[in-house]
Amino acid sequence: MIRCMEQEKEFLTDLDNAIADGDHGINMARGFCAVEQKIADFGSKDIGTVLKTAGMTLVSAVGGSAGPLYGTAFMKSGMIMNGKNEMNISDFIECIKVSVEGIMQRGKAVRGEKTMLDAMIPSLEAMEKAFSDGLSDKEIIEHGVEAAKNGVEFTKTIAATKGRASYIGERSIGHQDPGATSYTFLLDVVANAL
Amino acid sequence: MVGIVIVSHSRLLAQGVLDATKIMADGCPVAAAGGTDDGGYGTSYEQIRSAVDAVYSADGVVVLVDMGSAVMTAEMVIEDMGYDNILLLDCPIAEGAVAASLSSLCGDDLETVKNQALSSKTEAKW
Repeated sequence: MIRCMEQEKEFLTDLDNAIADGDHGINMARGFCAVEQKIADFGSKDIGTVLKTAGMTLVSAVGGSAGPLYGTAFMKSGMIMNGKNEMNISDFIECIKVSVEGIMQRGKAVRGEKTMLDAMIPSLEAMEKAFSDGLSDKEIIEHGVEAAKNGVEFTKTIAATKGRASYIGERSIGHQDPGATSYTFLLDVVANAL
Repeated sequence: MVGIVIVSHSRLLAQGVLDATKIMADGCPVAAAGGTDDGGYGTSYEQIRSAVDAVYSADGVVVLVDMGSAVMTAEMVIEDMGYDNILLLDCPIAEGAVAASLSSLCGDDLETVKNQALSSKTEAKW
């Protein structure tokens, strides 16, 4: 995830430049770089502690809206992984679920406003369905990535009503949402790691 | 006195609003939290927390924010501090800060300072 945010820094920043304040890639790279430093000596800590620390670090280091939003997602995930040293697929889906809830609450946003939620919610639904269909862990997350990518495509068709892009409103149509894109990249990293 | 915290993405903007409060309400506790920790454009959890700490008293604090991450990061600071007398206000930061600081300096309580700041949201300029 850290490498991915570093690699996609310019792309995400360019996307953000088109419709908002042009800092998403830079902010995400800075945030995940800070996470890397923070968790470097965390080898023996439980997953909950690692996720919570990552979340708090993102809140401190990102500087843009992605900080409180991704930070909340990681911290909420950390709470349900408290004391656990292994994460199974249902834990992972549960983490995405509490992340969606946390982000909706923190950002006072719903689906269809051209935000990261337009990738997150469809990917959550796809993963829940794939899980109940009995697919493998890797397939489940790949279904999530596919749905997230479709969600990113969907954000091109709508005007932003939340976040900085809402200032340009209708003129944001045609551009994909940077937050939805960064979420899709991060989920793709998980799929490729399995 | 009720403390005032100004949160902006820009260090200069936050400092400028703070300076503006000094013209009419010098002596009111006002703190600015603008920009990221490395001086860039954005908001910083640590700076907001330090600013609230700097002006906090039993009289309470009002926090004025510009937009986006300023709102969400300030909310997180306030939730983490856990006091019920720190209020996040939805109003223009320059006009709201001038109104709030003047009200605070005059000895008004938290509720009155809040209402003075919020009135800047609907008050016509001419």
